[in-house]
Amino acid sequence: MSDPKLPGEICPAPRTAPGQILLGHGGGGKLTAELIQKFFLPAFHNPFLARLDDQAVLEFNGKRLAFTTDSFVVSPIFFPGGDIGSLAVNGTINDLAMSGARPRYIAAAFILEEGFAMDELRRVIESMRRSCAEADVLLVTGDTKVVNRGHGDKIFITTTGLGVLDKRVRISGDQARPGDRVILSGSVGEHGMAVMSQREHLEFAGAIQSDTAPLHTLVEAMLEASENIHCLRDPTRGGLATTLNELAAASRAGIQVEERKIPVHESVKGACEILGLDPLYVANEGKLVAMVAPEAAETVLGRMRGHPLGREAQIIGEVVSGHPGRVLAKTGIGGTRVLDVMFGEQLPRIC
Amino acid sequence: MCLGIPGKILQSFDANGLRMGRVEFGGIVRDACLAYTPEAMVGDYVVVHVGFAISRINAEEAARTYKLLEEMGQLSELEVGGTDGRQSSPQSAVGGKTDEIS
Amino acid sequence: MKYLDEYRDEQVAGNIIGEIRRILTRPWVIMEVCGGQTHSIVKYGIDRLLPQGLELVHGPGCPVCVTSLELIDKAHAIASRPEVIFCSFGDMLRVPGSHDDLLTLKSRGADVRVVYSPLDCLKIARGHAERKVVFFAVGFETTAPANAMAVWRAAQEGIANFSVLVSHVLVPPALGAILQSPRNRVQAFLGPGHVCAVMGYEEYEMICAQYKVPIVVTGFEPLDILEGTLCAVRQLEAGRAEVENQYARAVSRKGNPPARELVMKVFEVCDRKWRGVGGIAQSGYKLRKEFCQHDAELLFQVQEIQTQEPSICISGEILRGIKKPHDCPAFATECSPQHPLGATMVSAEGACAAYYAYGRHGEISPAHPGRGTGAPGGVAQ
Repeated sequence: MSDPKLPGEICPAPRTAPGQILLGHGGGGKLTAELIQKFFLPAFHNPFLARLDDQAVLEFNGKRLAFTTDSFVVSPIFFPGGDIGSLAVNGTINDLAMSGARPRYIAAAFILEEGFAMDELRRVIESMRRSCAEADVLLVTGDTKVVNRGHGDKIFITTTGLGVLDKRVRISGDQARPGDRVILSGSVGEHGMAVMSQREHLEFAGAIQSDTAPLHTLVEAMLEASENIHCLRDPTRGGLATTLNELAAASRAGIQVEERKIPVHESVKGACEILGLDPLYVANEGKLVAMVAPEAAETVLGRMRGHPLGREAQIIGEVVSGHPGRVLAKTGIGGTRVLDVMFGEQLPRIC
Repeated sequence: MCLGIPGKILQSFDANGLRMGRVEFGGIVRDACLAYTPEAMVGDYVVVHVGFAISRINAEEAARTYKLLEEMGQLSELEVGGTDGRQSSPQSAVGGKTDEIS
Repeated sequence: MKYLDEYRDEQVAGNIIGEIRRILTRPWVIMEVCGGQTHSIVKYGIDRLLPQGLELVHGPGCPVCVTSLELIDKAHAIASRPEVIFCSFGDMLRVPGSHDDLLTLKSRGADVRVVYSPLDCLKIARGHAERKVVFFAVGFETTAPANAMAVWRAAQEGIANFSVLVSHVLVPPALGAILQSPRNRVQAFLGPGHVCAVMGYEEYEMICAQYKVPIVVTGFEPLDILEGTLCAVRQLEAGRAEVENQYARAVSRKGNPPARELVMKVFEVCDRKWRGVGGIAQSGYKLRKEFCQHDAELLFQVQEIQTQEPSICISGEILRGIKKPHDCPAFATECSPQHPLGATMVSAEGACAAYYAYGRHGEISPAHPGRGTGAPGGVAQ
């Protein structure tokens, strides 16, 4: 999943500029969705695309393959806990993993800006090498292009991934059913705040690190515990709230969560409080949300907690038949608020 | 309106003639200007707005008033509800009003 | 986090709500002044937890919303100049002027930077002697001490390339304007906690005496707002009208004397135009003459600005608590955070934006029963 740029760069449509791409179109929220609906879906209409999952599941000679692609444009390219390279590998691995597939092969295309430092390129490549090795995937083909200075922000990476689906699992955004439990694999807000701290030169004293990580082994462990996992998605740009909305819309069901059950680390909380940001809308790169049949929820949760990337997993809510497409949250004091999709990026506020 | 967050002063120092502090908010430590809270010492909590401490938190006052909030509701129902001595009966009074408000 | 978490305690919240229920005998309309309080109310669903009949209306306490269109257009004109580094708090970046907003200008090459403290601007100015650093000094009285310090230090250190575009607004005159309006419905106020941390609350005693309305200086966390509401209801039920201090852990009657002193050294009171409301006498700050070399409005000759506000916008009535966001025919249709038409949608703190963000656009308004996607089911407790 691509990362949002500078906090100010994703902006709502100014009244005077229809007919042009705006930075907000890359935000992952409403503008992006509009672009997909208006331009891409009609042109390439087919049942695979129509699902709007983060990956496509294809069949070849009885074997099921998951196929995905993603671009990474994050700035700055190095941040606490990761860099654009590890993000590019883990992000695509995770898109495959969210269908229940085992990631096997990655292709990477680089667009490099004239003037980009060789040393930095070396660091990024080394990071990708490490990430591939840790996740046991092979980078099997790639491409490199160079653009003129000023026409590309140092480095853009597009990764494409191929994975194998071993079981007859049907995991897709539209599979959630009323009664399903919503399980979150761990604390939210770390990646977005880590990137922001680097970008805005905020000293968080190294307290916040990006959570970028490959989730496929966690997913495998979950599937071993139960096949009754209906949805999986990783809440990247737009945060947990946006992802829950996507799932609610795709499944045409309602979702209710309890805010108090959503883990947020103290340092992320502190940083969000100071800047006036809501952790539920901050990007993550090493977490997943699962919709699990109620009878299997506790088992799956237990298995998640036994995995290094799921130690803080929590059941945070459930899928309901009421208010289809809407996500409601019970607030910390027992009130209710609607968790809407974010439009652009949250901006730090003084008010 | 004014986003002011309480933080704990860990350290104070001088920078360019201004009294500054290292202030901790949850797990985050940031600098804030303490020029407007000269009475605040290391260990005190201050409300910080746009990088400036604007008020020192009165810990005793906070503790005292919080205790009252915690005990609220455990007060006896014999508490008088209004100056005219009338006991307010919550169910009927508020319930009745509901019909009038649309 | 101490002094935050305990003020979000569900059990204690229940205690206070129970007490409000116990003493409430008739409907009341209470206005919370600050955008931050509005934000908290909607974020925690506080107004929906209060008993029927108790109505919270949202006040003009959003300095971003009320900054006049002329001043925003001036800011944009200054930011567009190649020699300028234009610094602003994040809140102002998306506020549309007559044509653009700061973000669009930035994407077209203007050097616009988000700062977290006015002192950051001094750093930038020291490091870029060849450029002109302009800071958009927006805010209520709470932010004035910080902005005053930046100007004071610039003057002392001779940082000639630093200037401020001032748009400070003051709360007490705004309350006066609200109370003077013949259509006013507000019967009590939750006063601005952090404004009073700086200014104290002596000024509110005069308003209270003149208009006979209870004013409870209130904090921002859910328990603060609930306790402030309880205090207001107690006064209303008893027929009292006094200034009370709910936020006593941070606010004293005199406020913060060193802060007030420096503010008055650097700024003086002036008339100001409030977006959506109009001119309010003696309701703003401007730089004193001694600091004219740091006054961006004087330093940058900006031509007569032609401003254009959409006529459909009812911000003015919302800021005065006369209407609610979903009373507006444009709410969540033509007007949204992505296409804001007016003051109260432009900032995250504005009532319309807060309602939109927290999902209120599904609600049915009594004035427009045909609109809305239907109230989110199960929301009512």
